[in-house]
Amino acid sequence: MSDIESRGYVKPEVLVSTEWVAEHRSDPNVRIIESNEDPLLYPSGHVPGAVEVDWTRDLNDPVRRDYLDQEGFSALMRRIGASRDTTLVIYGDKNNWWATYAFWVFQLFGHTQAKIMDGGRAKWAAEGREVTREVPHYPESHYQAPPRNDEVLRAYRDQVLAHVEKKGKLIDVRSPQEYTGERMHMPDYPNEGALRGGHIPGAKSVPWARAVAENGTFKTANDLRSIYEGEAGLAPGDDVIAYCRIGERSSHTWFVLSYLLGYPQVRNYDGSWTEWGNLVGVPIEK
Amino acid sequence: MAETATLPPKLAETLDLLALMPDRADRIQLLIDLSDRFVDVPPRVAVRPFSCDDRVPACESEAYVWAERRPDGRLDFHFAVENPQGISAKSFAAVLRESLSGQPLEQIAALPTDLVYDVYGQELSMGKSMGLMAMLQMVKALSKKALGEGVVKEEVVVAS
Repeated sequence: MSDIESRGYVKPEVLVSTEWVAEHRSDPNVRIIESNEDPLLYPSGHVPGAVEVDWTRDLNDPVRRDYLDQEGFSALMRRIGASRDTTLVIYGDKNNWWATYAFWVFQLFGHTQAKIMDGGRAKWAAEGREVTREVPHYPESHYQAPPRNDEVLRAYRDQVLAHVEKKGKLIDVRSPQEYTGERMHMPDYPNEGALRGGHIPGAKSVPWARAVAENGTFKTANDLRSIYEGEAGLAPGDDVIAYCRIGERSSHTWFVLSYLLGYPQVRNYDGSWTEWGNLVGVPIEK
Repeated sequence: MAETATLPPKLAETLDLLALMPDRADRIQLLIDLSDRFVDVPPRVAVRPFSCDDRVPACESEAYVWAERRPDGRLDFHFAVENPQGISAKSFAAVLRESLSGQPLEQIAALPTDLVYDVYGQELSMGKSMGLMAMLQMVKALSKKALGEGVVKEEVVVAS
């Protein structure tokens, strides 16, 4: 039994090890994707054969606050030479924070053949594995994405409000200071701030990185259950909404709950605190 | 954008070079070239384990900054970046070390903190820019401290 399989996840197939990537990176049906917060990391050295998907330029609409649309996603997949049945293996910096964000966006378009490389970029580098600065080019594919489906994985503010009213479960993955409202926004950075501090009523605080072990891999299912179920009071089968400040950290928690613990209905509220903390008249708890 | 005319010449040169590059990939390549020029703090200044006092607050790449006084009272800046993934921190450290060492302290103390955006553009995430700004703020604080110490030293000389 592999290390990943031994950790007791409900859907262990969404994770692959660095060894697996080393063995399969040249497989024509596998595309390795690096997705980081730091735009300098990929060009400074990456897994040979990996392409870059950048969260700001590739996954977001350049004008509206929204994700790319059906055409945009098709174009992105064509550019990296992926077809609908290509296995996309995503990894990145910051404990795969941005990798799970890309993974979540990919799921809005139903690309279910997707996996995360456990431990991310840092583990690959720590193991002394090969990196290159060479940017690969793959023949453009004919990818045709279905329309984006926001229903299942994405929560909008009215749905969050309805969820609050029916006492639904929410996980706030921001820092404890943001949760209590002690910190309104980072100094000098009003762009990601909000007019009000605190959290969505009923939300439990579980900072996203608690799901990650010291070595950057995901904690075991038992450890995760003791955090999300033991401490935060979730129960298997719960309808859960996760949020943070702009919806990226919470995609990491969405991934953990949906795949590693197998919760059937988890949505990411990407409007998150930058929307909720600025909305007129919505309830806030401190 | 910072007014480059009032900046130390080497810094102005780097900013002008970055500003001249319309292509993002070229800018990024220049920043990576800079990170390749990163020089770890020499042992005469500090050895591991470093003191928490020298650590840049809010920097996720675990950066440290030191100032070494030259005979003329100006400073040489030294850096350590402990996170091997801290490429941005290393590139910024290289910019600061190469362009601010030996420059007039008043000029360094007066540097605008949004200089970080002039170097990296607007795409930086909040966490990243916080850390880089904190590096610059620490360099400015060391310069202000040296300026203050300079004045005190002078006063002592006068009094004796």
